Amino acid sequence: MSVPILEVVDLHAAYGRIEVLRGVDLRVPKGAVMALLGPNGAGKSTLVKVISGQKGATSGDIHLGGVHVQDTSPEELARLGLCTIPEGRSVFPNLSVEENLTLMSYAGVATEAVLDTAYSYFPRLHQRRHQLAGTMSGGEQQMLAMSRALASDPALLLLDELSMGLAPLIVDELYDTVAQIAESGVSILCIEQFARTALRVSDYAAVMTGGRIVATGEPAEVMDTMSDVILGGAA
Amino acid sequence: MPLLEVDDVVVQFGGVTAVDHASFVAEAGRVTGLIGPNGAGKTTCFNVITGLQKPNRGRVRFDRRDITRLSVPRRSRRGMARTFQRLEAFGSLSVRENVRVARDIHRGIAGLVRPASADVDGLLERVGIAAYAGERADSIPTGTARLLELARCLACDPQLLLLDEPSSGLDEQETDAFGLLLAELAAEGRAIVMVEHDMDLVMSVCDEIHVLDFGRVIASDAPGAIRANPDVQRAYLGYSDVDEELAEQTREILL
Amino acid sequence: MSTIISFTILGLFTGAAYAIAASGLVLTYTTTRVFNIAHGAFGMVMAFTFWDFSQRQGMPTWLALVLVLGVVAPGTGWLVQRFITRGLGEGPVSVSLVVTVGLFVGLIGLAQYIWPPEPRTVPPFLPDKGVQIGDTYVTAHQIITIALSAVVAGLLYLLLNRTRIGTAMRASVDNPVLLRLFGGNPDRVASLSWAIGISLAALAGILLTPVIGLSYFDLTLLVINAYAAAMLGRLSSLPLTFVGAMGLGILQSFAVAYLPTEGFLSGLRAVVPALFLFVVIILMPQAQLRIGQVKGIVSAPLPSMTRSAVCGAALLGVVAVLATAMSDANLLLVGTAATYAMVMLSLVLLTGYGGHVSLAQFTFAGVGALAYAKLDEPNLYGLVMSALIAAAVGALVALPVLRLTGLYLALSTLAFGVLMDKLVFQADFAFGFNGTLHAERLSLLGTSISSISGYVIVMATFFVLMALGLLVLRRGVLGRLLIAMRDSPAACGTLGLDLRWFRVGLFGVSAGMAGLAGALFAGLRGTIGAADFQLFNSLPLLLLAVVFGVTSVSGAALGGIGLMLLPVLQSSRPELAGLVFAVLGFGAVALGRDPNGLANLLFGLGRRLDRRFGDVVRRAVPLLPLPADRADTSTHGEVPLMEDLQQPLKEVGVHAAARG
Repeated sequence: MSVPILEVVDLHAAYGRIEVLRGVDLRVPKGAVMALLGPNGAGKSTLVKVISGQKGATSGDIHLGGVHVQDTSPEELARLGLCTIPEGRSVFPNLSVEENLTLMSYAGVATEAVLDTAYSYFPRLHQRRHQLAGTMSGGEQQMLAMSRALASDPALLLLDELSMGLAPLIVDELYDTVAQIAESGVSILCIEQFARTALRVSDYAAVMTGGRIVATGEPAEVMDTMSDVILGGAA
Repeated sequence: MPLLEVDDVVVQFGGVTAVDHASFVAEAGRVTGLIGPNGAGKTTCFNVITGLQKPNRGRVRFDRRDITRLSVPRRSRRGMARTFQRLEAFGSLSVRENVRVARDIHRGIAGLVRPASADVDGLLERVGIAAYAGERADSIPTGTARLLELARCLACDPQLLLLDEPSSGLDEQETDAFGLLLAELAAEGRAIVMVEHDMDLVMSVCDEIHVLDFGRVIASDAPGAIRANPDVQRAYLGYSDVDEELAEQTREILL
Repeated sequence: MSTIISFTILGLFTGAAYAIAASGLVLTYTTTRVFNIAHGAFGMVMAFTFWDFSQRQGMPTWLALVLVLGVVAPGTGWLVQRFITRGLGEGPVSVSLVVTVGLFVGLIGLAQYIWPPEPRTVPPFLPDKGVQIGDTYVTAHQIITIALSAVVAGLLYLLLNRTRIGTAMRASVDNPVLLRLFGGNPDRVASLSWAIGISLAALAGILLTPVIGLSYFDLTLLVINAYAAAMLGRLSSLPLTFVGAMGLGILQSFAVAYLPTEGFLSGLRAVVPALFLFVVIILMPQAQLRIGQVKGIVSAPLPSMTRSAVCGAALLGVVAVLATAMSDANLLLVGTAATYAMVMLSLVLLTGYGGHVSLAQFTFAGVGALAYAKLDEPNLYGLVMSALIAAAVGALVALPVLRLTGLYLALSTLAFGVLMDKLVFQADFAFGFNGTLHAERLSLLGTSISSISGYVIVMATFFVLMALGLLVLRRGVLGRLLIAMRDSPAACGTLGLDLRWFRVGLFGVSAGMAGLAGALFAGLRGTIGAADFQLFNSLPLLLLAVVFGVTSVSGAALGGIGLMLLPVLQSSRPELAGLVFAVLGFGAVALGRDPNGLANLLFGLGRRLDRRFGDVVRRAVPLLPLPADRADTSTHGEVPLMEDLQQPLKEVGVHAAARG
């Protein structure tokens, strides 16, 4: 088996004295889409924050593509090919669509290329290129956010609650995009409250609760054995 | 006449509609559940009710009076109190002092003259965190801090209690005790509105449930009826073509 | 007609310079959330540097200009952001205010040290060129300044809207964390904006120097004009800032032209920017209660009541002994220290417990002193009345800004200080222009305390009583409320506390304490004048309070002594006068992040040393533990000191992170 794109070993992290990650072990194989499921407060978002460099770990290791990346800043990780789309709308509300896209070139792709990719995938963004991002609908903002994943051709994509506050139809559309990105060979770790939606595009699923990964495997078997954990609190 | 009426409230953040013509009520003596997926606008509703968020349109009525224009503390003094999803305990004070502050605020000038602490301990006892009384509020576990926020609310003896995810961080036993406490508080004649993700708790203690989905109230009913409502399942499962088998399976677990 | 034109052009000229300064201020504030009170002070230092290069060293003007604007100023901005203000924007407003006030005072001190007072002039650009428009002669310097402001506006527009780094600057206003996830570097953005900001301050300073002269204070106060202009754009809109600056320049120019030169209204001319600032602040919309604010300052431990009482008694004992032994001149100093310490106590209440910053605490002391002298009731009644009047004035200052918090409240105290300094204290009904008033010493219960030694003991007693009162308050209901308000204003609001009136009350009580100190001071000195209560004295006061610990009563006592010693030190070594201020300012910059200050460090050090070496020392030298203990302090002092300094910082960081 080749080197996994992401390997997390016995990762611990805490807010003050309260430990949120209590020994997380997780492998995302290269080119795979893994859904990370679990109830609210399980530590999923914290895991994303630690992997993306926004928060320090108290102990444990993270390897990205076989490289140990502890204490690397978020901006360096972003330039190394880690694309993180955090919870909530991850766009700059007071910048225009085009300015948002311009900033995406910080990940190491030419601005022109970013604009081309984004506008060809989402023609609607082209219509609204001079509009302030914050004045667009939630779905359009999320399209803009996804443009970064599309345009920057990352090695690993971290998606945190893409569906938050969006109508099911739009969520379905967004996941079609995720599936397209996955087809192009990008590895994805996606956190999702709607288990079914996420599992539709995933190769693997992991279940997290109480700061630990308690199960990993094929979507169907995880769903079978772990649905009470996944849905018990997540719903 | 319901104690709290939220009437056609709209909240927009830029182009995103967080609350979309939402209307619901809460009655005294009952526990009302406010449920829905993450990001459905539940906490925003609480912010509108308590005055922390101005609605773009709509009214909030409390005890038959329109309070839409009242300031945060004025609403509170009419008899409402809330807890927060992201904790707002007074971190550098002890647990007991946290409740004392609430009591002092509630008593106003009189509190300056004769500070009492006996019933403060009684309140801590009642919510079950008396053991933590002397500890700094920023060093206690999340679940305990949520109970502390509840005790702080009770120190103001509110008619309306708004609880934002009160049980997250509690273990099973603590959750059961918490459910009993809620029933007791409602029996005292208070209206309780609770945003909660633990469906077992919601289904067992709520008298009525409002389901929010992307800012709209898609169902308002008794727990049994909510359980059977296909719209609700769809909102929770998040896909339109319901896979019957999976839906059946999740319905059992979820509801 | 021609006067209107000439004054309009004069107004446009000053307005253009304000606009340049203000746009720098707005740029640094919006991108890093640090309000740079030292903005004008940087402009002043850069103007001096320009003088040094062009006049003293004789460089060609263009070279000096390029060096200052292109190298020294941006380099300074970069260094300041890198090593001083970095990360401050995420912390409490009070900390960034104190740190930049530290820079403010430190820079004035530095300038006085490097360039000791002597007459200096900087000629205007192209001094003998100009244009005749009708009856009005417009100098080339004025035209250049107005043109430069347009150039600055255009370049800033291009930078912010047409370049990626400029877009990133605006993005980091919204969400610096997201910018990092995009791969951008908020620190680089912040450094750039500080570099540009300081350069703009420098340009404004250099352009104004030929007109207002090369003075430490006038150029530093330029910041108030810049605030006022920037406030019109709510510290974020550059176009409105330019409008504000031009409007202010013209208003000021017209005030000079058309207001009477005699009487009360003549004072108005000097306070136009402060009034403008006040009006704009009052018109600001209501601040919303916010959930999830920065919190978690670690307070100094509270001593037990018995221990405090014993310490207070000991202090009184020491003062009593001093009172019999010291000369009158020295006793006057002890009394002065007691006054300062009392004013610092008022800051302990306001800043240490309440988390609000006042930049004009001495002004409130001045109000108390003025009231005491005017009432002419040298007894307890007069004293209490003076304190009440000061309290009422304090509440009045907080009242218009009832709806605002933090930064704006602090800035309005600054505007208030300027108003009182230039308008009220100098008026005929107050001290009069350069005038003084006579004040009787206090008599208590019918006994007049005429001897200076007795009076000093009375003052010390008042300090101890005030300190004990403050500690009682801190332990009681109000103290808990203050901490609660600091920890979570949103929770206090939803529990029913009207924070606005509480804040007004807090300001009032604090001003009353300062006023009492001022009244006692008036009695001590016998004659007092406006010069005793200048706004500029309030800033070292705040800094010393923070350096010694603004959260503790002992910090206030030490700070009072320190502030009293400052002028003594300066008069004994006049050549070091500036250096003292520089050390104080930069000391506050270093310590500003830990509001518990030196007092807490000293106590912490004592405890630590006692734990570590106490037993050994006591065993070895059972009869003389004290000197041996001191010896330890000097050898082992440094390591624990550093640890102690960093501990609270870490905790603050953790809390901030936990809250999101």
